Amino acid sequence: MSTTTEAPDTTTAAKPKLKTSAMIASFADPDQKTASAPFGHALVKAAQENDKIVGLTADLGKYTDMHIFAKAFPERFFQMGMAEQLLFGAAAGLAETGLVPFASTYSVFAARRAYDFLCLDAAEPNLNVNIVGGLPGLTTGYGPSHQATEDMAIFRGMPNLTIVDPCDSIDIEQAVPQLAASDGPTYLRLLRGNVPTVLDEYDYTFELGKAKVLRDGNDVVFISSGLMTMRALQAAKALAAHNVDVAVVHTPTIKPFDAATVLAEINTDRLAVTLENHSVVGGLFETVASAVVTAGVGKRVVPVALPDQFLDAGALPTLHDRYGLAVDRIVAKVLAELG
Amino acid sequence: MTVTHETNTEPTMPTDTAQDQAATNEVTHLEAAQTGIPQERIAKISAAAYRIRHHALNMGEVQGQGYVGQALGAADMLAAVYGDQLRFRAEDPHWEARDRFLLSTGHYAIGHYAALAEAGIVPVEELETYGSDDSRLPMSGMSTYTPGMEISGGSLGHGLTIAVGMALGLRYQGSSARVYNFLSDGELDEGSTWEAAMGAHHHQLGNLTAMVDINALQADGKTDTVLRTEPVTEKWESFGWYTQRVDGNDVGALLVAFDNAAAQAAAVGRPSVILCDTKVGRGVPLLEDREKAHFMRIEEHEWQTCREQLTAGYEGKASA
Repeated sequence: MSTTTEAPDTTTAAKPKLKTSAMIASFADPDQKTASAPFGHALVKAAQENDKIVGLTADLGKYTDMHIFAKAFPERFFQMGMAEQLLFGAAAGLAETGLVPFASTYSVFAARRAYDFLCLDAAEPNLNVNIVGGLPGLTTGYGPSHQATEDMAIFRGMPNLTIVDPCDSIDIEQAVPQLAASDGPTYLRLLRGNVPTVLDEYDYTFELGKAKVLRDGNDVVFISSGLMTMRALQAAKALAAHNVDVAVVHTPTIKPFDAATVLAEINTDRLAVTLENHSVVGGLFETVASAVVTAGVGKRVVPVALPDQFLDAGALPTLHDRYGLAVDRIVAKVLAELG
Repeated sequence: MTVTHETNTEPTMPTDTAQDQAATNEVTHLEAAQTGIPQERIAKISAAAYRIRHHALNMGEVQGQGYVGQALGAADMLAAVYGDQLRFRAEDPHWEARDRFLLSTGHYAIGHYAALAEAGIVPVEELETYGSDDSRLPMSGMSTYTPGMEISGGSLGHGLTIAVGMALGLRYQGSSARVYNFLSDGELDEGSTWEAAMGAHHHQLGNLTAMVDINALQADGKTDTVLRTEPVTEKWESFGWYTQRVDGNDVGALLVAFDNAAAQAAAVGRPSVILCDTKVGRGVPLLEDREKAHFMRIEEHEWQTCREQLTAGYEGKASA
């Protein structure tokens, strides 16, 4: 604050530039390789091969990359307005007639607002309704109204529902046709806009229901999903500089969970860490914990996850650092655990 | 209201406000001669409605309780839609070109099962298993249990949203099949019903017909004491629907309304709603006069009386 009171300061040069929050903030690092709207393009490609695929949205076509599909197949796209109960009830109705709907909105609205419709109209009859949820976890700085920090916790209890938490554009491109081909309902935690391309550097293909070991390591094993697999790979590289050898297991399908692959990796002497863009309650950590306990494996698992609280609004880099999703925070946590 | 209908100035249900009065005055009461509907067509549906009521009483007796009051009230609507409107194949409930009938009010399943038996989709002998362990006929209707049951209703306010998707999907695939969604006035409390009403009009779903059972009763009491839904007619009209309001226990009036709806049905056009004022327990004076309850209690010794009253009323009307 200036102590002078004679006149208001009309210059801006002296003010520090503020970090601002954006509705659609990119979590891509500067100069990172990205792909534009991978979901929209993948859906168009799948729809070219499968004429049963249709698209719907609830007034968020442009913000869930559904607009790409709408432009390519206007007669197969249905705008349902800002009415999420109708969106998913109608998606179920479309599936009842033999079509394969992909219905998009933000994850908060799908999970919190339309749960009953997804549960009873799509999941109970096991229909091929594909939920596409934008802004999963902490991918917007808009605060709790838009941050779906507990979407997987909500959806994991829904019988029949397949849950996919993709890492990057490769995952999304490969997942979309598999989601369309699978019989029951699915939920895709959408990454939209300019989405990082990460997994092309690894010997990797997305297989629905499968976890994949992306890299081996002798000291630590990371079990990760979603964009946190990207961070896990970055943290593994950073930890190598500290002579810590880290394995990374990517589990893009949260349900049904590939417990066999994960348990084989966890049941070793290595430090086990889960990493997820989701609340520590009800997401990947608890999925892994449940598998570990059920198998009778006596093993401590360290979670890297969002805290069980409503998160702040702000700029994404600030928030990812604040809540422990940033690479530096992961590295520090692992080093502290290793002593 | 369409001009072909005469307006009855006598309200058929008690109402508390002038606003309700205005809406209720639109209820039509049509004698067969006035409708232009052949007497045989009305008699056929009336007979089916009688059998649906009789089945419902038998099913209720096995359970000792149930949504008998709703089944009796809605029997004419169910008889009319199954006996006069729907295209279906009893031996092939999943026939692709069938019209879809969606029971949004899952607890009306008792009446729907009776209608499915009347339609030949469910064997009559099976009705006595209603609500029992391992039965295909659960207390609340579910598509995964029962042939001919298109959706799992019961969580109210869902049916019309699904119907919108079905109507869109059938039209997109070039089908001429029509979609009928049966809902209750209680479901007008649910916001999703109005999301769907807007969506159906926006997408010009002329292949969609909603049937609303207005029995003025819901779980906690009379509709106008729980959450006022009137003026119902004006609501649907303002949402862009082709709106008719009829006495839902008058078979002739129902058939006229269905004919009107069918006459303006189109792949692309206004969706149609038939608002049906009905009486809980209709056809059985013992139950018509009983204090209205969502879940009607009937004593063990009363079931036979109910059946006798139903038959006496039906035969009296038929011979009149």
